[in-house]
Amino acid sequence: MNSKTRAVAILGGNRIPFARSNGAYAKASNQDMLTTALDGLVERYGLAGERVGEVAGGAVLKHARDFNLTRESVLGSKLAPETSAYDVGQACGTGLETTILTANKIALGQIDSAIASGADTTSDAPIALNDKLRAILIEANNAKSNTDRLRALAKVRPGHIVPEIPRNAEPRTGLSMGEHTAIMAREWGVTREEQDELAVASHQNLGAAYDRGFFDDLLNPYLGLERDQNLRADSTVEKLAKLKPVFGGEDGTMTAANSTPLSDGASAVLLGSEDWAEQRGLKVLARFVDAETAAVDYVGKKEGLLMAPAYAVPRMLERNDMKLQDFDLYEIHEAFAAQVLCTLKAWEDPVFCRQRLGLDDALGEIDRSKLNVNGGSLACGHPFAATGGRIVAAAAKALDERGGGRTLISICAAGGQGVVAILER
Amino acid sequence: MPTDRYSQIVNSRIGGLVAGPVGLPQPVELDRFEPGQPVISGEVLLGAAPGARLADPVAHALAGAGATVRTPLTDVVRAAAGNAGLDAAVWNPDAPAEARFKALVFDASGIDDSTQLAALRDFFQPTIRRVERSGRVIVLGTQPELCGDPREATAQRALEGFTRSVGKEVRRGAAAQLLYVAPGAEAGLDATLRFFLSPRSAYVSGQVIRVAAAVADVPEFDWGRPLGGKVALVTGASRGIGAEVARVLARDGAHVVGLDVPPAAEELEDLTGEIGGSALALDITEPDAPQRIADHFANEHEGIDVVVHNAGVTRDKTLGKMDEERWSQLLDINLSSQERIDEQLLERELIRANGRIVSVSSISGIAGNAGQTNYATSKAGVIGMVQSLAPVVAKRGVTVNAVAPGFIETAMTKAMPLATREAGRRMNSMVQGGLPVDVAETIAWLAGPGAASVNGNVVRVCGQSLLGA
Repeated sequence: MNSKTRAVAILGGNRIPFARSNGAYAKASNQDMLTTALDGLVERYGLAGERVGEVAGGAVLKHARDFNLTRESVLGSKLAPETSAYDVGQACGTGLETTILTANKIALGQIDSAIASGADTTSDAPIALNDKLRAILIEANNAKSNTDRLRALAKVRPGHIVPEIPRNAEPRTGLSMGEHTAIMAREWGVTREEQDELAVASHQNLGAAYDRGFFDDLLNPYLGLERDQNLRADSTVEKLAKLKPVFGGEDGTMTAANSTPLSDGASAVLLGSEDWAEQRGLKVLARFVDAETAAVDYVGKKEGLLMAPAYAVPRMLERNDMKLQDFDLYEIHEAFAAQVLCTLKAWEDPVFCRQRLGLDDALGEIDRSKLNVNGGSLACGHPFAATGGRIVAAAAKALDERGGGRTLISICAAGGQGVVAILER
Repeated sequence: MPTDRYSQIVNSRIGGLVAGPVGLPQPVELDRFEPGQPVISGEVLLGAAPGARLADPVAHALAGAGATVRTPLTDVVRAAAGNAGLDAAVWNPDAPAEARFKALVFDASGIDDSTQLAALRDFFQPTIRRVERSGRVIVLGTQPELCGDPREATAQRALEGFTRSVGKEVRRGAAAQLLYVAPGAEAGLDATLRFFLSPRSAYVSGQVIRVAAAVADVPEFDWGRPLGGKVALVTGASRGIGAEVARVLARDGAHVVGLDVPPAAEELEDLTGEIGGSALALDITEPDAPQRIADHFANEHEGIDVVVHNAGVTRDKTLGKMDEERWSQLLDINLSSQERIDEQLLERELIRANGRIVSVSSISGIAGNAGQTNYATSKAGVIGMVQSLAPVVAKRGVTVNAVAPGFIETAMTKAMPLATREAGRRMNSMVQGGLPVDVAETIAWLAGPGAASVNGNVVRVCGQSLLGA
């Protein structure tokens, strides 16, 4: 076995603008969007007809027929049809997890190049048959004679026609992610104002990044969209203050503006060894340094559902002998403004850091001017599995732009999970 | 059950419908301690003014008590909670949601100038209406007489008016106390804080407690049986408050020697039989009583740990009609005999290290009462005795304190005329009378091994009575 590892380079990325649910991409499937994102990447980095090491991808909301979503997207793309591909699933951490998996293979020398990707649609969502109807149809299908088949089908009742629509809820608690986050916001005393301020910063940063052309080589227009459909660059705290809370009851602090909207989109990131990049004349934007995942017990121990990144980051920091302040940029996925704020408060809090993390002291504050400098999910939208690729590509480019530095990436995921990583240039 | 007929009526559905709109006092049923209960059920909110000195010991005490704690996201209390191993959630008044607290604990020891008293309003204004039924408000500070700087002493003295007013505002059976903790005596806070957080202090409110240097090292003890292995004397133990004191001390692990006059011997033996104690029937005013008591403890127990002077009588008459016997007999029972017993026990060095003397005074001794010149004289004398004896016995590792009951539901108060009785019952922050067990629990706290830092205090058990406040 290979005991040596080698540096892994982030070479670029591509995504389609993210659309609001039932917006511009209402008719597009996951495969349509993922194929488009891949082809944009292929075109930008001259990979047409090439076989890359592998393509990893995934989608959180997926039709049963999309069991091989990534491979099917590859076959529909301009990549060589001999490119192997597989689907990955770790809820909203999927996109970053594809990066981690392929980066590790590159580091081990198993492959020289890879594309990490993801897509999600909440418009073309998989609606499943009612379980009772499904049982009847299976019985009818298994029937040996037409009489038996009719007998089985005769059991169908009007109530069986009601479909199973996927819900954004935790199966073990029955609470939506927003309701879980409202509990966290209450536990950490997060105010409406703080959340609205974070949301406004997200929109303003994203708007400014578009205006200065930051995304020119990070996305390709799709179905008439050139910018993320959710972007409101003219957002102000005053405007947001008018919205009614949507989670946490009447006293709630979470609104449609400081929570991410359901969205559609796809993203892809190109990774390779430094040798592979050099051979192809590709510039190394950043190196992939390390990653960590964590999960919390939000069922029994009642930890906040989206607090896992707060656990993952300190473990990764310790392994790399780094402090929380040793970063030039922070990319913290804004599932909800409250999630980001709870995470930051937890890291500043001696109680959390000692009692829950087992550290001697609090990790401390971060410089908020370094947080999500080119916008975050509140402004872009959050097509679940596509968010990791959006963040990795933009983070690598931002490091390249500033000519060096280090970025911390943190993404929370359903099921009480967190996926985090470090990029360096 | 509520304590009296009126409480039963206004707490019934129909009675409540009438009492509310008409503005009649609405006493709530007070939480009272049951063995096995946690120190406090419900969330404790711990706050502190900048520069607070007591946040660390308070957080440790709360952790030891197994309390569920929340704190504002301020450095001093978060650091204290972290040090104490408390997994405390956060409270932000700007995102209050539906928070409710069983207790509000505020460390005001950092306030060293009157201009900083605003910290009290900042902490309590958004939280005071979130205190649950039978809740607790505890403010901590430094004894003004121990503050070096006049401005600091002024600000710390101001806490008293604040806390007493909170006690009167908070209602629904909630109580408010001010605990002054001397610099260096922080470690001795534990038992006192637990007592005032717990339902044991049900009928104690508006009190100012001074916690100072411990009179002796406190050995490890079992919080569930703090008086395990201790021997206690309770005078006047056959009935009323005395009987309840004997029961509570026995519950806390003590071997109780109950004392009462020979005519009450049968009742006394019933009680001591019930609690596994022993009976000593004698008249404390007899000349040889102190010696016989001392002999009993020397021979049977090789000493004594807790002395509770509870025996007392009333012989009411206005002063112009006060005959010599009423006066002298009462003074002898209520005060002079206590002095003689204490002297004898101390002289023969029978009170062991970490010993306790607790004497029962009365709010009549503080406020005075028409028709009770004799009684009030004796009960004020008890206060004088406690305060003068405290520094003397401290040298032997012994504390002496007094409890001053207000209106307690006993046979004595049942015999009062209706109007006087109702006034006594309602004219306090709890708008009801206390129970003998409320006095007993307070005595048990003062008698406990953890109270080595409480000496020379007079603690009223009066529901914050308007009398003598």
